[in-house]
Amino acid sequence: MTNSWTDIKNTDLVIIMGGNAAEAHPCGFKWVTEAKANRGAKLIVVDPRFTRSASVADFYAPIRQGTDIAFILGLINYCIQNDKVHWDYVKAFTNATYLVKDGFSFKDGLFSGYDESKREYDKSSWDYQIGEDGFVMVDDTLSNPRCVWNLLKEHVSVYTPEMVERICGTPKDKYLKVAEMVAETSSPTKTMTSMYALGWTQHSKGSQNIRSMAMLQLILGNIGMRGGGMNALRGHSNIQGLTDIGLMSNLIPGYLTIPTQKEVDFATYMSTRGFKPLRPDQMSYWQNYKKFFVSFQKSMWGDEAQPWNDFAYDWLPKLDVPAYDVLRAFELMHQGKMNGYVCQGFNPLLSFPNRKKCTDALSKLKFLVTMDPLDTETARFWENHGEYNDVDPSQIQTEVIQLPSTCFAEDDGSLVNSGRWLQWHWAGGTPPGEAQRDTWIMAQIWKRLKALYEKEDGPLPDPILKVRWPYADPDDPKADEIAREINGYAIEAVYDPTDPTKVLVEKGKQLASFGQLRDDGTTSCGCWIYTGCFTEDGNNMARRDNSDPDEAGFYSKWAFSWPANRRILYNRASADMNGQPWDPSRKVIAWNGTKWEGYDVPDIAPTAKPDVVGPFIMNPEGTARLFTRTMMKDGPFPAHYEPFESPIANPVAPNVKGNPAARVFEGDMAQFGEAEKFPYAATSYRLTEHFHFWTKHVQPNAVMQPEFFVEISEQLAEEKGIKQGGWVKVMSNRGEVKAKAVVTKRIKPLQCDGKTVHIVGVPLHWGFTGVAKKGLGPNTLTPFVGDANIETPEYKAFLVDIAPLTEPVS
Amino acid sequence: MNMELSRRTLLKGAGVGLAGTALGAFGFGGIEAAYADAIRAFKLVGTTETRNTCPYCSVACGVIMYSKGDLTKGEKAEITHIEGDVDHPTNRGTLCPKGAALLDFVKSETRLTKPRIRKPGADKFEDISWNDALDRIARLMKDDRDANFEAQNQDGVTVNRWKTTGFLAASASTNETAFLTYKVVRSTGILAFDNQARV
Ligand code: SF4
Repeated sequence: MTNSWTDIKNTDLVIIMGGNAAEAHPCGFKWVTEAKANRGAKLIVVDPRFTRSASVADFYAPIRQGTDIAFILGLINYCIQNDKVHWDYVKAFTNATYLVKDGFSFKDGLFSGYDESKREYDKSSWDYQIGEDGFVMVDDTLSNPRCVWNLLKEHVSVYTPEMVERICGTPKDKYLKVAEMVAETSSPTKTMTSMYALGWTQHSKGSQNIRSMAMLQLILGNIGMRGGGMNALRGHSNIQGLTDIGLMSNLIPGYLTIPTQKEVDFATYMSTRGFKPLRPDQMSYWQNYKKFFVSFQKSMWGDEAQPWNDFAYDWLPKLDVPAYDVLRAFELMHQGKMNGYVCQGFNPLLSFPNRKKCTDALSKLKFLVTMDPLDTETARFWENHGEYNDVDPSQIQTEVIQLPSTCFAEDDGSLVNSGRWLQWHWAGGTPPGEAQRDTWIMAQIWKRLKALYEKEDGPLPDPILKVRWPYADPDDPKADEIAREINGYAIEAVYDPTDPTKVLVEKGKQLASFGQLRDDGTTSCGCWIYTGCFTEDGNNMARRDNSDPDEAGFYSKWAFSWPANRRILYNRASADMNGQPWDPSRKVIAWNGTKWEGYDVPDIAPTAKPDVVGPFIMNPEGTARLFTRTMMKDGPFPAHYEPFESPIANPVAPNVKGNPAARVFEGDMAQFGEAEKFPYAATSYRLTEHFHFWTKHVQPNAVMQPEFFVEISEQLAEEKGIKQGGWVKVMSNRGEVKAKAVVTKRIKPLQCDGKTVHIVGVPLHWGFTGVAKKGLGPNTLTPFVGDANIETPEYKAFLVDIAPLTEPVS
Repeated sequence: MNMELSRRTLLKGAGVGLAGTALGAFGFGGIEAAYADAIRAFKLVGTTETRNTCPYCSVACGVIMYSKGDLTKGEKAEITHIEGDVDHPTNRGTLCPKGAALLDFVKSETRLTKPRIRKPGADKFEDISWNDALDRIARLMKDDRDANFEAQNQDGVTVNRWKTTGFLAASASTNETAFLTYKVVRSTGILAFDNQARV
């Protein structure tokens, strides 16, 4: 989230699209209710199902899953056509005025540079025109046809309300009503907040779904504002933290990146990470990359990371492909190229697409280790559970070690909520039996690996042997010790760069902010964006002062928010070119003539002049990007692509199947189903009574929602002769599930491109362990393909057939 | 210095100042605070209060766990009740149907209590000691790393990677677990490292 849960109360309009906060994030949704009750805010819900969020909405519009980009680009088109644009904001704070290279084009659903055989783009034309002064060329009058604004205008022009109706199945009158409500927030004194979740991410173009809305929010001037922003409602309690700390194949904590094998040495690696400003006087904060990187290497390897060995650059593994995401990992397993796998929590047997492929893949492993408080299906993938796990254990040679871990109630530490608040929690109970904390388990594994390498020799043991391990009890590092390490400390005294006689941080002290990090090895820091979380003042994540001056919604003394305890990202954009709030009643920060001050920590240098330095300090432009250059694999603008399994051909690009830049493994392409055989558009979803696959282990939740079902419309039920509560079989090209049918008015057939599209809802909470009834779920059915940019599996849009079962099922 | 304040301390200490805080909005000014305090004290007799957050979704509602026994005094502690934390700015004491049943998650029958091993081809788990399980894991990891570690690629570039074992981190473990895990996993050269961000 760019903003926080509590800030939602400041909004005028909430748009819930790609999520269902009332059911999936109930206590956060309360802030929507607060805005409605106290500010008269309105709520729009756009969803294929009439969800509980929709049931309390002021306006609901149906949409076919997987068509959000067409819907949103249509809104951008509407705003442009009807002059509902926050012009001052767009001209000053976005790259609308920047000129783009002549070679860039978009035709027949493809951007310039497409290579069909590789399913990849040569992105060299997706860039700005650079002038002789080394800066991007701009046209402040917006008259040059090559400026971003005119290219965007042209790009979205195809998404008329009629075309949106054809693609999305949203009736034109309903669509126009949404457009009208949204467009009103182009006023500087009105804001809209976007609340979304997996309904946007789990598509083969998930990243571009989100980008589309971010662009709309920029055009409306809603980023950086109280009650505005792009608010990703993260699914799990610390998925934000796990991502911040870089537990992904291509990341280093704080959104730094693992080198590729083309970056043969540290100098080459740094050469593309200089982030020279693209416009005069801009901060381009990533220019500090080296400070963050070197300080991280010091936290990994301490004294072993020295200038003479490029701070142990060689000890980091180098990537040969863009990422080893989970889909690739399971593909490699499936090909027999992966021998061992460790699951620390997580339940991939139920979480990853194409369950059969997952089972086959796990069966080819030599060993699997699981660490979990609960008895997961993954740990028992080899065990026969009849139709719920139809395997022959004697044929599976995988050695499985299942380790019992503690749960939240038995562990100290911090979790990052969706609003980026790092909140500390304390253990209150003794773990059951021999269950152990994950930190202990990891320390024990490391200790044993180290001992083996000390004894036996083997390839490159040093990175393991020499990991920095500064814990009082090396066998059992404590959470507060690690939290201090993440925050960072001064290895040597840190001096003021403008006055070398002045010591900013004394040797050995905790750092107060990431501005104190250095690239010469004198500071150590595990994750730069968290610096400030555990300072000489103590553990700021444990702060519990819930005061909120003027009830502005910031709660700045509660816990710690990254970065720098900032509660609203890009908050400089909440003020105009003179530094005065666009909406005085919703001030975040303001320029007092010499510096920025206000409710929040300014997202800009405190003395950066408002008419000089742009608000988007992480971008070398200083502005936000409507045209995103080469940052995305599938285009500098979003474009509508159908899901890989779609009931209709793409109305705007009939020859393009799916997202043309999404990676598809060979065998998986052949496993996509066609609409002739699988005519219905299915989607997965979650229920308010359950959390993922955990709460089927919890008696009260298992009682509330005891068994797997699928949800269909009355019309489809009638067409197929399916009775309310009757048994059905749902089939995709990859598998089939049996379930009871829930026939509802919450789902209605849509008319898309002249065709009736029926929607089938498949909730995901059941398996074969726990206390709920055994059941299958969407991953038996879903295709093995992910988002082009970050490989989130396409769970929200796939094709199925459905038939009533005449035989009673036990 | 930041320290955990129990709600009782907060309410007592902040009685007159309440109008300026979120609690003021609930009507817990002056007398009500004392009254609420008196009621609470009754229920809390003999239990230890610990602050935590709901481990499910990213709203991260504040919860208070009540236990018999106090871990901070080195005692065994059994959690007997979990409820919403009214001081918490986000949830202000409310919990959804998931959070409201947290006690039954902590105590669920299918909580794991012992390490177990399933041998190749076997149709059941057997118990194994922690020591043997961890030794075995280290052995399996080292053998695979030794056999498959790639120090250089075919172009002679130093790549120092290990591609045949993967590590999947979770979604609800702490930042501290995450960082320690990062150190251990990356130091081995594992590339197939991911978390539950996407599903
Ligand atoms: S109680 Fe419900 S809304 Fe609150 S964090 Fe837990 S799951 Fe989310």
